[in-house]
Amino acid sequence: MSRPWRNAIVIGILLVLAIAVPRLGLPAFYVSLLTQTWIYGILAMSLDLLVGFTGLVSFMQAAFFGIGAYVVAIGATRYHFVDFWPTLLAAILIAGLVAAAFGALALRSEDEGFIIITLALNEIIWGLAYQWVSMSGGDNGITGFLRVNVGPFHTTDNSGFYYLSLAALIVCLTLLVLMVRSPFGLVLVGARERPRRMAALGYNVWLFRYLALIIAGMFAAVAGVLFAYYNEFVGPGSLSLDTTVQVLIMVILGGTGTLIGPLLGAGILVFLSNALSDITQRWVLILGAVYVVTVMYAPDGIVGLVNRLMAKARSRRELSLAAGAAVGGAFHSGEGPK
Amino acid sequence: MTTVAALHDADALGETCLQLSGISKRFGNLHVLDDVALSVRHGERRGIIGPNGAGKTTLFNVIAGELAPTSGKVYLYGRDITRLPPHSRAKLGLARTFQTTTLLPGLTVVENLVLSLQALTPTRFQCFVPRTRYRGFREEALRLLGQVQLEHCADWLVRALGHGEQRQVEILMALAQRPKLLLLDEPTAGLSAADAVLVTDMLRAYRRDVAMVLIEHDLSVVFNVVERITVLHYGRVVAEETVESIHDNPVVQEIYLGGTL
Amino acid sequence: MGNAFYLQNVLGGLAHGSLLFLIAAGFTLIFGLMRIINLAQTAFYLLGAYVGLSLGLHGVNFWVAGMAGGVVATVVGLAIYGIFLHRYHASPLTALLLSLGFALIIDDGSLAIWGGDPQSIAPPHMFAESIHLGSLVFPEYWLALIVVSTVIAAGLLVFQQRTKFGAIIRAAVDDEEMARGLGIDVNRAFYFVFALGAFLAGLGGYLGGPITSAYPGLDGELLPLAFAIVIIGGMGSLEGAFIASMLIGLVNTFGRALFPELSYFTIFLPVALIMAIRPQGLFGRKLQ
Repeated sequence: MSRPWRNAIVIGILLVLAIAVPRLGLPAFYVSLLTQTWIYGILAMSLDLLVGFTGLVSFMQAAFFGIGAYVVAIGATRYHFVDFWPTLLAAILIAGLVAAAFGALALRSEDEGFIIITLALNEIIWGLAYQWVSMSGGDNGITGFLRVNVGPFHTTDNSGFYYLSLAALIVCLTLLVLMVRSPFGLVLVGARERPRRMAALGYNVWLFRYLALIIAGMFAAVAGVLFAYYNEFVGPGSLSLDTTVQVLIMVILGGTGTLIGPLLGAGILVFLSNALSDITQRWVLILGAVYVVTVMYAPDGIVGLVNRLMAKARSRRELSLAAGAAVGGAFHSGEGPK
Repeated sequence: MTTVAALHDADALGETCLQLSGISKRFGNLHVLDDVALSVRHGERRGIIGPNGAGKTTLFNVIAGELAPTSGKVYLYGRDITRLPPHSRAKLGLARTFQTTTLLPGLTVVENLVLSLQALTPTRFQCFVPRTRYRGFREEALRLLGQVQLEHCADWLVRALGHGEQRQVEILMALAQRPKLLLLDEPTAGLSAADAVLVTDMLRAYRRDVAMVLIEHDLSVVFNVVERITVLHYGRVVAEETVESIHDNPVVQEIYLGGTL
Repeated sequence: MGNAFYLQNVLGGLAHGSLLFLIAAGFTLIFGLMRIINLAQTAFYLLGAYVGLSLGLHGVNFWVAGMAGGVVATVVGLAIYGIFLHRYHASPLTALLLSLGFALIIDDGSLAIWGGDPQSIAPPHMFAESIHLGSLVFPEYWLALIVVSTVIAAGLLVFQQRTKFGAIIRAAVDDEEMARGLGIDVNRAFYFVFALGAFLAGLGGYLGGPITSAYPGLDGELLPLAFAIVIIGGMGSLEGAFIASMLIGLVNTFGRALFPELSYFTIFLPVALIMAIRPQGLFGRKLQ
């Protein structure tokens, strides 16, 4: 079977499974964990566009996630702005504008400087959410807004919300896959690997990084909007350093530069945090240890590890096939050496 | 092939491609370049030689826009480009290669060339259409590879190529920009003798409407490719001669102790 | 708002800045020498606070307990550096990502050992009183902390500028390759600076305890302040770290008093502006 066909079949099966989940009679708990996975998956993939493809380790992705969430909450509770699509659009737009401003500041430095600045910028947004009580409700966050139905999705029903987030995930994943396979995506990789060469070719490397930051911020806002509706609550935790760190761990655990890896990482974190916290209170400690081992021994994450193992198995098989063929050719025997 | 007639054509065109006036570059108290003036005509092939530390690479980086000169001006076809960043200079027709190969090793040969071909087109901003749709770029890349008999490696990863082939691809990448001026930073450095010949022949055979400026340690390469040579020494231009007359220049003989020439 | 208000907040701000300096000094030194952004730096602070707290509850002298907090943080820091981070010298990003993992582990480990309730730390007996000057009231301990931190800062500067080992470290910061070429044992300097950074943070944890108290998540709250300090002070600059610590302490304290809703904003807005105008910080050299 050729590779594209095999991939198409795998994707088809996964899709059917994902669609079937709410009808399999699983406890509602699992449906809600998967819903969270899809939402965090969008966020993690948006960060992967930066970390994995553009080579920008941004510590401010949580800010745009939080902005998306707060736009929903503040819009609904203060401005009676309750329709889904205008809210989503506003969230994407505002996140894009903030990303444009923050990106301009952060891209004045590179490498470590960039990391430190993005973390500081994230703190500005967190500080507003945490302390500007009259606007954001401070530590208590904002409640008092409800999920809204979106087209065919009856979101008040948990399985309806599941389908809404699954649909959002599929749209975002498709767009991001198209993007990394597009000419634009090629430029991002070039700018990551060989910025001097890219500049010499005529690419404005700064501009491409800047655009990537804005685009990633917009995707993060989509995840934030879903997150706010899902919980019908928004608090400063959604844009705290903790969230930034968790999302970064999702990306690294799953595998940078793969998009599907960060989605996997999101699933692992969501399920582990719930499953492990039933068994032990020390799940963060376990997560920390797993993460350290990953960074040290599988720096390209789970997807990278699987790819490497598969490539090894394939080359071993090809090697033994080739050896078998060579021996067979010489001795008219079907058996290769063991 | 470089013929006398071709040389005269270039002369007849006479237009100045690259002009440097009064270029100085200081790092702290260190004067790396000191009042360098240089003028390269349209289509000319110029070599810049000089001992280590003469300031050749710094001069290149000033021309390419990676370093701003402390004083002086850089003109490309009469236009002042002293303050333009490298990518804007590329848009005006300046291309370069680097001393160490800077291809993208994890991409295929064609993808590397496509990066160069799409650099100045609006396609580079296209986010939602797969790269494979742009067949025109691929065909152009294959055509370029055909010029150096490398079509068969089109879909190899760059890291699978030999050193000489990588250097050829890198020069192709620069030529794919359709530059008016090509800066070559030691194009044969680190190559075997046979690979160096490949690269030298490729440069000699290229169309005469592209000016080339090359830095090179291997003087045989310089003599094979260029027709005029500028000699840098401690950041100053100490001689500018044709290939034929440079052997007789006393200053040059002194710098090179008469040995390597 | 009279003079007393301002004086009180100036003192409070300087005291807060003093404890921040104990975190930021190591942070900036480690970054300056090894280019590692040590995200576990404030976890060392928390660890020191908890260790000191446990000893203090058993009647150990305040300063001895603080030193012990520093020593435990040093041991943990050396283990992290020697076993793990040390291998990633060529890849500061990997070291940063690893330090993040250790921050999580220390944070959650502390939660396991010392529980989740905030625990206050009493100042030492000799500075337990408050000073009354007219309408101005402030704890004596604030002054003590400011003095201790200033003395430590001065000591570090003298060490860096005047001793042979300090000269070695400065040489390694300037040009590591050349320092190695001259036969300087750069690795020893790495271990030493990492240990020193961990020690100062651990010590700071208990000395700062009477102001910040100790609770899970404190490390996450302090980390952005440490970042703000190195941004303002310049990465790698000890003097810069001291001045910036005091500035951040003052801005934070006044911000809370004057704009309680926007105090965080008042810290990070100037930081963002400094980034825009002078990415290398007020006292730092430009990053290559």
